[in-house]
Amino acid sequence: MKSGEIARAASQALKALGLSFALALAPQAALAVAPAPAASAPAVTSTADAAAPAADAAAPVAAAAGSYTPLKPIEGVGMPVDGAIGLQQQYSPLGEYGHWMHNVVLLPIITVICVLVLVLLLIVIVRYNRRANPVASKTSHNTLIEVIWTLVPVLILIGIAVPSIDLLAKQFKPAPAKALTIKVTGNQWFWTYGYPDNGDFEVVSNMLNVPGQPTINNGVRDVGSKPWDGPSHLEVDNRMVVPVGEPIRLQITAADVIHSFAVPSLWFKLDAVPGRINEKVLFVEKPGVYYGQCSELCGVKHGYMPIAVEALPRDKYNAWVLTHAGGVIDGQKKPEAAPAAAAPVADATADAAADASEAPAADASAAPAA
Amino acid sequence: MATTAEHFQAHGDDHGHADHDHKPAFFARWFMSTNHKDIGTMYLIFAIFAGIVGGAFSGMMRLELAHPGIQYLDTFARWFGATNPDFNATLHTWNVLITAHGLIMVFFMVMPAIIGGFGNWFVPIMIGAPDMAFPRMNNISFWLTVAGFLSLMTSAFVPGGLGNGAGTGWTVYAPLSTYGSTGPAVDFGIFALHLAGAGSIMGAINFITTIFNMRAPGMTMHKMPLFVWSVLVTAFLLLLSLPVLAAAITMLLTDRNFGTTFFDPAGGGDPILYQHLFWFFGHPEVYIMILPGFGIISQIISTFSKKPVFGYLGMAYAMVAIGVVGFIVWAHHMYTTGLSVNTKMYFTAATMVIAVPTGIKIFSWIATMWGGSVEFKSPMVWAMGFIFLFTVGGVTGVVLANGGVDDVLHDTYYVVAHFHYVLSLGAVTALFAGFYYWFPKMSGRWHSELLAHIHFWVFFVGVNMIFFPMHFLGLQGMPRRYPDYAEAYAQWNSVATDGYMIMAASLVIWFINIAYAFTAGKKAEGNYWGEGATTLEWTLSSPPPFHQFETLPVIEATAHH
Ligand code: HEM
Ligand SMILES: [Cu+2]
Ligand SMILES: [Cu+2]
Repeated sequence: MKSGEIARAASQALKALGLSFALALAPQAALAVAPAPAASAPAVTSTADAAAPAADAAAPVAAAAGSYTPLKPIEGVGMPVDGAIGLQQQYSPLGEYGHWMHNVVLLPIITVICVLVLVLLLIVIVRYNRRANPVASKTSHNTLIEVIWTLVPVLILIGIAVPSIDLLAKQFKPAPAKALTIKVTGNQWFWTYGYPDNGDFEVVSNMLNVPGQPTINNGVRDVGSKPWDGPSHLEVDNRMVVPVGEPIRLQITAADVIHSFAVPSLWFKLDAVPGRINEKVLFVEKPGVYYGQCSELCGVKHGYMPIAVEALPRDKYNAWVLTHAGGVIDGQKKPEAAPAAAAPVADATADAAADASEAPAADASAAPAA
Repeated sequence: MATTAEHFQAHGDDHGHADHDHKPAFFARWFMSTNHKDIGTMYLIFAIFAGIVGGAFSGMMRLELAHPGIQYLDTFARWFGATNPDFNATLHTWNVLITAHGLIMVFFMVMPAIIGGFGNWFVPIMIGAPDMAFPRMNNISFWLTVAGFLSLMTSAFVPGGLGNGAGTGWTVYAPLSTYGSTGPAVDFGIFALHLAGAGSIMGAINFITTIFNMRAPGMTMHKMPLFVWSVLVTAFLLLLSLPVLAAAITMLLTDRNFGTTFFDPAGGGDPILYQHLFWFFGHPEVYIMILPGFGIISQIISTFSKKPVFGYLGMAYAMVAIGVVGFIVWAHHMYTTGLSVNTKMYFTAATMVIAVPTGIKIFSWIATMWGGSVEFKSPMVWAMGFIFLFTVGGVTGVVLANGGVDDVLHDTYYVVAHFHYVLSLGAVTALFAGFYYWFPKMSGRWHSELLAHIHFWVFFVGVNMIFFPMHFLGLQGMPRRYPDYAEAYAQWNSVATDGYMIMAASLVIWFINIAYAFTAGKKAEGNYWGEGATTLEWTLSSPPPFHQFETLPVIEATAHH
């Protein structure tokens, strides 16, 4: 990914540029450089593997069917960083392109424009104040300069539009026909993820409660009670697990009001609209956990329905699929008589409410409830 | 110029009839007013009041956002009449605050102040007219706005779903605003928009008629001050966009109460249709809030540079261009709703086009100052602050214009930063600039220039501290309309709340300044800004007579705008 490398390198340089832009906020801004996002993403898997086995005695291991221990997120990867001033590090090709577009094309241009205006104002203050220039000129027209300041912005905008339109075109490239499909449904106030290609099971995803704060979701555990838990307000009981390194077709809808499925570090945001299925390709480059939040006002708990996307290598993804009742590996034939024994549930905690609706057998599809 | 002032004054003793500059008694004067200056004053007082309410709401929001977790919402819920709010009702209060703040600031603060207040006061005077074309309609416009505000306030205290008040956001998106919110609060909110919208439409008709028909002899369109041009363009935007809003919210009402399903997929409707209708109004609306500000800034820059505005025609037609293009860019607010690739590409390109006339305005202001003999009186300092702050807000608009980039920034604090830079730091700064420019003209009393300068600097530091860090929060992905957030957003949020305190302090300075002016302020002359101030209001006394220009002024061919 050439553009990706450029983007990363440039992002560091531009952080410094952005800093100078931070007006009176210099002291706080300076702190921002410290927690640089972890650079090497491959570490994700190994860390997670190391942490996993010892993690929890109750870690679910589904006999022959499958196995899954949630990945432990890496600090600063796929999540916001306190005091940071730029975009989150990107983990998808489109994200790297967009990151480059923002940091290398747009940010320098807008910074230069602001600085130009500021400098011109300062020149006016110094040179054209009443004492320095007692007699005002009467110039009120200059066709040449007016043409210039119309045409130069036009050229700059064309310069922006070319990569911008290209980025758009790439974002709309459809997924290959055999790509895995995942159905995302926004509900007041949780997400459900349906896996139609994997036996059509459904995952219900609720935000974990924050200790010391009022209960958000009854029957859901507190954040931090498992070793793999990510940041509060972002971590959920059951993550949306996806395979890494392959295009995934996300079909997004809503069961009640409009929600929006957004994951900043994957450059992904698409509204979940009742009565409509929005489709877009998700491609995650590296294994890891990527957090996002509902991004369309949807009622009282709009702030409490985060999204956690856990990207796993194919074999681990398949193992995760098989932990679900009726789960089948996509592309493989559905076993006619699914072994009744294989009915473990992903996260064997007391999420009574949540798991109850997760339990239904294979063909109970994720049709939005009325 | 000052010497001609006597000529245009309508002194009772110059004329036969004695009741000429006679003002009606209190009730008739302020409640049945047909005088554009009195109505303008009422609009300004109303806008200040509404601004205090809307500003208090934002203070409550910043307080809650100072730290992660929920700290104050429970108390606030009780203020809105909840006796024992559960957690849902508590959270609902948050949505009421953001909704009320947005609606108040847009419909009951910026618009009444900049169009109803300054527009009413100075458009007739600047074109040499004795009053507005339809003085009684002018009065209805004002009182409809007040009624709208009362309806909105009522909505905060009646049930709106899981708590009191409408919690839909100022955009009132369906279906959250239809089957997503039970109770009468949303109906009251919608009714508030109907009333305020009807008032604004009448106001727009009034301005258009006044400007087209009541210009003094010799005041051709191309001689009109740019403030008048800006109000003319704004009035057309209002006239063409508000009926679409009215239709959209009426459809909300019937969906809510009469079983229609315009926006309900269960009955074949489409929630996205509402967004198209809303933003067809909404984007022109954002220019409605800023164009008169552009006009004010043009007058001020020219006055204090002692130069005519650079590129007058370019400036006037840039506003016309902004108005026209403003009608064909609305879906840049809807990039993530699932638009098709071609639609998204079109709106990306069209939106970027708007930056060109906007840039022309900025450069022309600077060129007006260039070569001038600039006096840094308080209105000029505010105007220069405007130019810089508006530029910062404008360039982030260009970033958001890119559909592919907006995918990550939409509905984050980056958008909040963008529109507050163009509104709170743009339109509001223009309002303060206009206030200090015209306050002695309107009241006849001088404010303290020193306090006005201090007000500027404290405000400037405060608002930048509130809103600049929001760019960072947005880039890091913090969604807007959240009462609570992950720890990682704590630092910049706390800076923003500190900034709010500073901004609030600047407003105290402003109020002190007003109190000073009315108690100890010197009397202001007719043309207190001197040679640079060339528009017709400076030919009148301060305050102007109750009725001006009974003898119409004649504008000579050489007089400049
Ligand atoms: C250079 C010109 C401008 C451009 C290119 C521009 C572009 C945009 C875009 C693309 C958005 C949508 C962002 C999103 O929701 O994801 C937006 C939002 C917004 N803009 Fe601008 N803008 C410009 C100037 C202005 C001005 C002058 C104002 C008002 C004075 C304004 C007020 C707003 C408001 C209020 C919103 C947010 C509305 C909401 O979602 O609640 N913008 N702008
Ligand atoms: Cu939401
Ligand atoms: Cu817009």
